[in-house]
Amino acid sequence: MINSRFFNRSELIGFVSLLLLLLIILPLTLDVFRLNLVAKYLTYAFVAIGLVLCWGYGGILSLGQGVFFGLGGYCMAMYLKLEASSVENTKIQSTPGIPDFMDWNQITQLPAFWKPFHSFPITILAIIVVPAIFAFIIGAAMFKRRVGGVYFAIITQAIAAILTILIVGQQGYTGGINGITDLRTLHGWDIRTDHAKFILYFVEVVLLFGCILLAQFIRLTKLGRILVAMREQEDRVRFSGYSVANFKIFAFCMAAIFAAIGGAMFTLEVGFMSPSFVGIVPSIEMVIYTAVGGRVSIFGAVYGTLLVNFAKTSLSESFPQLWLFGLGALFIAVVLAFPNGLSGIWQDHVQPRIDRLLASRKKSGNGWTGNSVADGAPAE
Amino acid sequence: MFGDYSLGDLGAILAMQGFAGLILFSVYVLMALGLAIIFGQMGVINMAHGEFMILGAYVTWMTSSAFQQYLPSLFPGYFFVAMTLAFIASGALGMLVEWALIRHLYKRPLDTLLATWGLSLILQQAYRSVFGAREVGVELPDWMMGSWQATDSIQIPINGMFVMALTILITIAVAYVLFWSRWGRQVRAVVQNRVMAGAVGINTEKVDCLTFGLGCGIAGIAGSAFTMIGSTGPTAGQLYIVDTFLVVVFGGAASLLGTIASAFTISQTQSTLEFFLSGSMAKVITLLAIVAILMMRPQGLFALKVRK
Repeated sequence: MINSRFFNRSELIGFVSLLLLLLIILPLTLDVFRLNLVAKYLTYAFVAIGLVLCWGYGGILSLGQGVFFGLGGYCMAMYLKLEASSVENTKIQSTPGIPDFMDWNQITQLPAFWKPFHSFPITILAIIVVPAIFAFIIGAAMFKRRVGGVYFAIITQAIAAILTILIVGQQGYTGGINGITDLRTLHGWDIRTDHAKFILYFVEVVLLFGCILLAQFIRLTKLGRILVAMREQEDRVRFSGYSVANFKIFAFCMAAIFAAIGGAMFTLEVGFMSPSFVGIVPSIEMVIYTAVGGRVSIFGAVYGTLLVNFAKTSLSESFPQLWLFGLGALFIAVVLAFPNGLSGIWQDHVQPRIDRLLASRKKSGNGWTGNSVADGAPAE
Repeated sequence: MFGDYSLGDLGAILAMQGFAGLILFSVYVLMALGLAIIFGQMGVINMAHGEFMILGAYVTWMTSSAFQQYLPSLFPGYFFVAMTLAFIASGALGMLVEWALIRHLYKRPLDTLLATWGLSLILQQAYRSVFGAREVGVELPDWMMGSWQATDSIQIPINGMFVMALTILITIAVAYVLFWSRWGRQVRAVVQNRVMAGAVGINTEKVDCLTFGLGCGIAGIAGSAFTMIGSTGPTAGQLYIVDTFLVVVFGGAASLLGTIASAFTISQTQSTLEFFLSGSMAKVITLLAIVAILMMRPQGLFALKVRK
């Protein structure tokens, strides 16, 4: 590892405060309904952390993370739907044992690609492997040909659009525009009860911290340093002998896996999955969560997600007309006024005050505070 | 799939789908021309382009209602007035946006993407608040409705031919302006070497403003044409933005000829496939083919220089 410490001081503060907030403060102060809302927001945080890795550190803007979110979500939804469509639950259908939307589309037999999702281990494997393979194919095709930046972003948008149209068009196989709904039990455990939602919240927080630690680990290795170097001066990294395409593919696949885990948790928390989370609009929203948090800060991504979603819920409840104006203005403000987001504000204004406070209490020797060198703002 | 139709039938089908595709082609060309000017020449990603188009459509609707109410005798000719007004309205809004927002973001294409997406959200909500969330339908004058019987089995809609003629005119006008006029030379100079162009005495800021305004104005005219093929609602612009970007990127962002060629290919593929497969599968296959070809040849069909 590059630095001797896993977290420098400001990151430690961020980590501990997030831990306190998610594990203690929120479960104690919110009722189950609001806690479930927070759990929903945290599923987007998975995507945001992935984007910090691939966009903030790797410089690859992907406007199609909804694709991987949806892939993970649909895998989990297919498993849960098959469990909810057991022969006795569906005995009023003309073909019992298959999901309801297949029945009313006159499909009489479970399609082949649904069959592996009868088993839970295969579902978990699929949640991680299928998006990774997708990301690998897309990444290999694009990065090996040095397609980057803007063109890559537009193509990821196109892929999100393609997947949405495909899912909506094939109503018999995928549930169409309504998605896969009416999910009931996971391995016999009813996921719709309050108690279950409470437990799922903690499961999700544990997974989230796992992803945070993994992302931080990747950041601190030589790989993370190369990602930053690629973001700033790709050609020099290439001339130094590194295979830029391979590193980009890795970052992109990691972001895809994180997004897929978020999608799977989303299905569990909310109880359905639909193509409205796969398309262009949700994908760009996920990017804005990362941008608001500060695209180089992992904790900032989580806080940014929570903040923007809280704002969305409260504004949509009170002033529905204002919400889109506010979101649009937020996009513009984040780009023009505070490109480093919340973490930038923290680092520029709050962190120096904390440092001064702590330094005036005890005399620290030299100026090396152990901050990662590579935390600077990206060029764009 | 093809087996049920005789050869003559297939010919007629292809011809009719071809003409249906030509209307789609016209809308794509008009949208993509504006975007190609802005993206290809200026390097600015304008995700709000669809909203400029819809502004043109709304202006057309307002003109049509105004003519119906106050000048019913002149109704058959209202469309030309509507198009001019749409051009002016979208162009003016474009110049305002350029001055307020785009001007600060020229070196940062990914940031313009996000900022213009935010702008598109604001514009959508503005349309929703001003014109209502439901879609509005535009009344066409009588001479535009109906179709022309070319042969026994081929019927060509008149508004389709009108839109195509319009597109050809506008494309020629844009090509003339860009390549044979003094102002077009200034635009090309600024694109090629901004610093030198400024040193030679060209007012680069004004050129940028007018170029962006021109691109948005063309989108406004596309919006007028769009009222004939789709219903006009606040979110209708978003349907076309990804397609338009793909058309521009596929054709090679710096080349107008490439834009036209790629718009033609894409629209014809989509409309021909639409007859034989369902609408959504046709779209999916077309988009997949474009993405696959772009993966193999990222600079597009007619690339003047390799892009990163």
